[in-house]
Amino acid sequence: MRYIEPHAHMVSRVTDDYQAMMLAGCAAVCEPAFWAGFDRSSAAGFHDYFCQLTEHEPRRAAKFGLPHFCWLCINPKESEDVGLAREVIALIPKFLERTNVLGIGEIGLNKNSRNEMAVLEMHVDLAARHNQLILVHTPHLEDKLKGTRLILDVLRADSRIKPERCLIDHVEEHTVKLVLDHGFWGGMTLYPETKCTAARAVDMIEQYSGERLWMNSACDWGVSVPLAIPHAALELRRRGHSPAAIDRLIYQNPIRFLSQCPKFKLPEENR
Amino acid sequence: MNRKQLLDLYYLDARAKVIDLAAFLDRLGRAEGESDFRLAAFQQALVELQKCPSARAERVLTVLSDPTSDPIPVATTKAACGAWPGKN
Repeated sequence: MRYIEPHAHMVSRVTDDYQAMMLAGCAAVCEPAFWAGFDRSSAAGFHDYFCQLTEHEPRRAAKFGLPHFCWLCINPKESEDVGLAREVIALIPKFLERTNVLGIGEIGLNKNSRNEMAVLEMHVDLAARHNQLILVHTPHLEDKLKGTRLILDVLRADSRIKPERCLIDHVEEHTVKLVLDHGFWGGMTLYPETKCTAARAVDMIEQYSGERLWMNSACDWGVSVPLAIPHAALELRRRGHSPAAIDRLIYQNPIRFLSQCPKFKLPEENR
Repeated sequence: MNRKQLLDLYYLDARAKVIDLAAFLDRLGRAEGESDFRLAAFQQALVELQKCPSARAERVLTVLSDPTSDPIPVATTKAACGAWPGKN
């Protein structure tokens, strides 16, 4: 089995996780910028974080033979402070040229506030001006449905944004159709308690064909499972999906979306 | 997969979950305290579960969601609690 982990916060994980992912067949890992679990006190903190994502973490992953890519932004959980967000967004362009940066993400909404909306619009404008792919975080639990609708409104209102270059992450049964019907890609996040179980992810794949869907672990400092994708592959097998169909979902689909960024290339030994 | 195959695969897991759910509601019933919007939303979700002939997961998730459409004035917390309190 081979797979791409398209969403993992490896700065919060131990090296054993890298080793386990490689042993399970992971061919590349992609790390969106996210909230550290506490608010950073200044734009300088984000500068250091962006250096970590573009310099240190790729080196750490390389020790295990794993190509590491990343996405940059200020996460929606820190978007209430528009002044800080503006400073952080101004830092991003100089990092976009770095070899492992795939685009802008994970942007989006958390509590669906006016300031979060303003910062989302700034990020979308940044992505459009620099012709970047977009990775979108949708809110948690009771805020997801409303937040997904607001996010889609923002993206669809900007004529420069192509839906096929945007992935809307953390979809569930009440948001997946909305996302796919508008031409966007959808990401299903496999969490033990919230978001989506492997069985539910397979349900959605069976109902919506899986043409523009991927699965991810979104493993971070919270309750999460770095090997969630291999576990979901096992669930797909139990449900009768063929090895070729599983390969399309967990390997070829992420490559199809991510390869829209010319920097996403896998070395021969990881293909 | 046909219905029997799905039952073979998932029945015992679902059985355990529905007993867990029943025990959770019994536990809440034995406890004292104020009414809570989460429990009200939960009970509404159970009604939907019985009512809908299909798309139950979608319906339950929708019942537990904020039904409004305008952005809130300001985010005063980062956390979500799993049910809409009825006001923003």
